[in-house]
Amino acid sequence: MTLDVNKIRNDFPILKRKVNGCPLVYFDNAATSQKPSKVIASITDYYENYNSNIHRGVHTVSQEATDAYENARKKIQKHFNAKHSEEIILTSGTTHSINLVANGFTSLLNSDDEILISELEHHSNIVPWQMMCEKNGAKLKVIPLKDNGELDYESFLKKLSNKTKVVFVNHVSNALGTINPIKKIISESHKLGAAVLIDGAQASSHLKADLQDLNVDFYTTSAHKLCGPTGIGMLYGKKEWLEKLPPYQGGGEMISEVTFEKTTYAELPNKFEAGTPNIVGAIGFGNALDYLNEIGFEKIEAYESELLDYATTRLKNIPNLKIYGEAKNKTSVISFNIGELHSYDLGTILDKYGIAVRTGQHCAQPVMDFFGISGTVRASFSFYNTKKEIDYFYESLKKAVAMLS
Amino acid sequence: MGIIEVQNEIIDEFSLFEDWMQRYEYMIELGKSIELIESSKKIDSNLIKGCQSKLWLHAELNNNKLIFKADSEAIITKGIAAVLLRVFSNQTPEDILNANLDFIDKIGLKEHLSPTRANGLISMIKQIKYYALAYTKN
Repeated sequence: MTLDVNKIRNDFPILKRKVNGCPLVYFDNAATSQKPSKVIASITDYYENYNSNIHRGVHTVSQEATDAYENARKKIQKHFNAKHSEEIILTSGTTHSINLVANGFTSLLNSDDEILISELEHHSNIVPWQMMCEKNGAKLKVIPLKDNGELDYESFLKKLSNKTKVVFVNHVSNALGTINPIKKIISESHKLGAAVLIDGAQASSHLKADLQDLNVDFYTTSAHKLCGPTGIGMLYGKKEWLEKLPPYQGGGEMISEVTFEKTTYAELPNKFEAGTPNIVGAIGFGNALDYLNEIGFEKIEAYESELLDYATTRLKNIPNLKIYGEAKNKTSVISFNIGELHSYDLGTILDKYGIAVRTGQHCAQPVMDFFGISGTVRASFSFYNTKKEIDYFYESLKKAVAMLS
Repeated sequence: MGIIEVQNEIIDEFSLFEDWMQRYEYMIELGKSIELIESSKKIDSNLIKGCQSKLWLHAELNNNKLIFKADSEAIITKGIAAVLLRVFSNQTPEDILNANLDFIDKIGLKEHLSPTRANGLISMIKQIKYYALAYTKN
């Protein structure tokens, strides 16, 4: 059974709107995904019917909100196949999660230790570790890229040593769409005792990660990349690791007992969820996972790779078009430039045709530096996009090139 | 020609266009005739911030008139710069400071004026006004 894209498009109210007089063609899915009615309705339903603060209330509405929030955590646990629900920490998103882990390792590492991150990373994956290294003197080592946009696995093996304490790689690159061989990276890292954190922000909308099968120590994602609301995400951590890391922020929910002499911290997951959490965000996140699972990730993956192949073949017909990142395993992202044209000019003209793409560095300056370019146009496709939209994109792109040349 | 006359001239030219495509094509043409900044002046301190493509702007005073030169990696940004230079280059610092910017709206470039747009039009105007202010004080 293939996916019924026309039926699916009806689930997304925004796909009916026009931009600059043209139907919206939304190809900026790697930046954020659109939201189905089901998710939007779950947000309204919360505020209209059971808005309340959670965990401490004895009244009915608070209990309903608490149940919905904890139920969302269970849905996330089930979706990612985590062993325990308390291994799922609800954060504001991937950036928050990474900062939480990097902060946790600050007191656990010293100047003899090394951490290994890849050259493919988003800025938000680099900066928290640089900040940590400044504090504890640990060294930051980099796994280089290859010309096709894949990580240099041989170099990873060479740089990995018993000094390496943390390895941090994204599951899928946001700038190029490369799917990294994380299972191999995790098992090699474990042989030398290093913990592994995987950023799944770009992967979660395209493929389902089985965290127990991966045997990963930490994994993070943001709900807004997978049809959920903004401002909510998750950090998965193996129980033994989350117990080892010190709390990140102090506040309500994360404490067990407070006196002016000493505070004892709450059990997992509350230890890392200080303050009133994003309750409605969690509920929306849970509903987004339900929505995607109803469609089925196998269908989503198959359809998106069909779109990728179709778009890649079409775009290659445009003279002087160069695609950056042609890894064997990649998600439905095409990063490209055309001759000497600037990505900003192409993006501006495409917007006039109602087409939303991303232009510039994609928060991944090291990747751009590697290719010696200042930016690219990035078109990223989702399961609600169509081949017809790709045809329109192709025709519009040809018109833009003619105008700018 | 004074700033107001140049602005009116530009408004007249743009009023001939029927759609965005013609406006953009014209702007791109204007960009090609821009008074280019010398490569020795393409330095970081002449870069306009807030622009997704690199955009350089430099000014010199000549007989109490400010002469602006610019360049950009992006053609549309260069076109926008060309329109601004046509209005503000070769004018006195006082006139530049007092100039009103309604013409941008009238030629359909207002969409580029939002501070969150990454084309640097607002930053470019600010920088032009800063130059004028600096030379007025001298």
